[in-house]
Amino acid sequence: MQTAIHIPNDVSYLDYNGKYKGIFSWIFSTDHKRIALLYMFSMMVLFLVGATLGLAMKLELIAPGRTIMGPQSYNAMFTVHGVIMIFMIVIPGLAAVFGNFFLPIMIGAKDVAFPRVNLLSWYFYLTGALLVIASVLFGNGTPDTGWTFYAPYSFKTGTNLLPAIFGAFVLGFSSILTGLNFIVTIHRMRAPGMTWLKMPLFPWSLYATAWIQLLATPVIGITLVLVSLERIFGIGVFDPALGGDPILYQHLFWIYSHPAVYVMILPAMGVISEIIPTFSQKHIFGYRAIVVSSLAIAFVGYFVWGHHMFTSGMSGTAQYTFSLLTFLVAIPSAIKVFNWIATMHNGSLNMEAPFLWALSFIFVFMIGGLSGLVLGALATNVYVHDTQFVVAHFHFIVFGGVGFSFFGAIHYWFPKMFGRMYDKAWAKIGWIFFTIGFLTLYSPMFYLGMLGMPRRYYDYLPEFHAANILSTLGSWVMAFGIVIIIINLFRSAKNGPIAEMNPWHGKTLEWTVASPPPVENFENIPVYGENDGPYQY
Amino acid sequence: MVLININQLTQPPMEQVLNHTDQHYDPEASKLGMWLFIFTELLLFGGLFLIYSVYRYLNPEAFHLAAHELDTFIGAFNTIILLISSMTIAMSTSALQQKNKKLTIILIVTTFILALVFLVNKYFEWGIKFEHGIFPGSEHLINDFSQGEILFFGLYFVMTGLHALHIIAGMIIMIIALVKVQKEITNADRPVLLENAGLYWHLVDLIWIFLFPLFYLIH
Repeated sequence: MQTAIHIPNDVSYLDYNGKYKGIFSWIFSTDHKRIALLYMFSMMVLFLVGATLGLAMKLELIAPGRTIMGPQSYNAMFTVHGVIMIFMIVIPGLAAVFGNFFLPIMIGAKDVAFPRVNLLSWYFYLTGALLVIASVLFGNGTPDTGWTFYAPYSFKTGTNLLPAIFGAFVLGFSSILTGLNFIVTIHRMRAPGMTWLKMPLFPWSLYATAWIQLLATPVIGITLVLVSLERIFGIGVFDPALGGDPILYQHLFWIYSHPAVYVMILPAMGVISEIIPTFSQKHIFGYRAIVVSSLAIAFVGYFVWGHHMFTSGMSGTAQYTFSLLTFLVAIPSAIKVFNWIATMHNGSLNMEAPFLWALSFIFVFMIGGLSGLVLGALATNVYVHDTQFVVAHFHFIVFGGVGFSFFGAIHYWFPKMFGRMYDKAWAKIGWIFFTIGFLTLYSPMFYLGMLGMPRRYYDYLPEFHAANILSTLGSWVMAFGIVIIIINLFRSAKNGPIAEMNPWHGKTLEWTVASPPPVENFENIPVYGENDGPYQY
Repeated sequence: MVLININQLTQPPMEQVLNHTDQHYDPEASKLGMWLFIFTELLLFGGLFLIYSVYRYLNPEAFHLAAHELDTFIGAFNTIILLISSMTIAMSTSALQQKNKKLTIILIVTTFILALVFLVNKYFEWGIKFEHGIFPGSEHLINDFSQGEILFFGLYFVMTGLHALHIIAGMIIMIIALVKVQKEITNADRPVLLENAGLYWHLVDLIWIFLFPLFYLIH
């Protein structure tokens, strides 16, 4: 592909207000780029709330016994922390922010297929978030069920659970609409000549993700409706007193919530697949293998939900089957890791902040993935089930996966989104603090879990003390890193030096438009020829 | 990479430039979007059908007994009404294509009225159950029925209730379609809104086609 530069439209999306003024030009905008920033700022606020709750829990665990809160507060904290972080940050995170912003630009379109539906899905997101917050602020007691809302406790607890459940339901709606929008956009609006196998890998990962969002989310939708009805009317489907089966709830819950893990991780992998070729200045190794593995993860991910329930009561056959399928899902994930490493091989590496985030993503993702195999194997699962080991594993995968790639993505695309460059030195310092803090925070939990420290308790036996102190210290270092990163980005968005159009010498389409992108993205829609492709260095 | 002018690619060119992409009209995309939405609806009910089959398998006799409480006649009558309404909404699309605005409107209104008749029947059907003390959480249900029967009626109310909500949603969509046809925003050249309304209505019909035998006919 030649590096043809478009003549940029004069007005950037940041300056063009349309027919509204001030804040209304944002909250009524149907421009995918503005909607992406709406998501980004709402998520940032919610992330800081969730992170604060996490820090408070770690502070509670700095010493055995009651430190700053009692058991009921601790239960409420991990519930709200989980609901916010899972339903509002990591599930929509990358797709809603970077997917919205860059999917249309990367496939050479002016917007998504349904811009108004796109805005509507942000309103659903906001409504869902407010409902969950309402369950904290009003009523008799913050929800204390954990983010999984397991039956029968979820309709026995006296706390204010209904708004939280309804909030999660509405957030699901938002997720479905975004997924639907992306699928139609990718099918209908790719630039002329951009065949499926010429599409960049981030849009590919969004495509796989969108199918999961579309086909899995309704199942949790109906499950949450049933729990609410159980709570209000007592219909009996999950209530053993009326003949229902609480384990059926767990099945339905994980039929969605396991694929949801891939809703989180697939776009993260997509981001990494963009960053690595750019900073290696090399064509991505095994493009087709990465595409196929994304689709394979999305497909196999539907059939592994039972591995969350090995100790809940399942037949031996079911256990073996789910365990085997769980091992299968590791294969496409490993394929991607090999491809990333092979891409770097013999490349001219540019050790900037986004690349450092990508490298550390691969590191934490491998730890998270390999510990996942420990949990997927039946014998070891029974041993570490419901211990801190599980908490460490899913924070390595979910927070490690989404967090590192989110920060990688923001450092990668920041100059494009805001037209200014951040302070590169501070970006690296932030990364160092975050990474060291992250590893110090979560690694001791593997050890604690092996020793048998259970999850979801505010208290523990004295022999777990030392590792817990280390973990809490890590949480402070990581929080410090987050503060550095956020301050650096905020300052740079206002006062940073004007960024070039293509500071990293990327080859995908977003680097051919002005920084920040014009309202219509492209004045002239790019057309791919026979020999064009996304990563031709 | 070649560059071509956007105006050669998309319709209508002038609006595209002036008003961002709100004016973008792609009927294929709208249809695709509607089909994807229908998938999500099928999965929403799919969860319920799954629960139904699990509990039917576990409580075959109770489900057999409880089904006798339902009035097959009203169920069959409602099935016929929905089938006719599916026909009328499909005919309204054909009428629109033949540029017969008046007939289109008559057929949409007919569909709307049939939907209303369905809901009225449903109201009386539920009302009788409530009079007999059969509703979720009622003492009569909990004390005098087996667990399997409680589950049957729990599922009956949830599934037909959720279906009724979809009927109401469909009626709202029909009102929107009616207004748009009246204002000729939806017309023979841009029929996709009415077509999508029809698709949605067929879905609502289809779900009932499964609910009817599951609750009323299998004994």
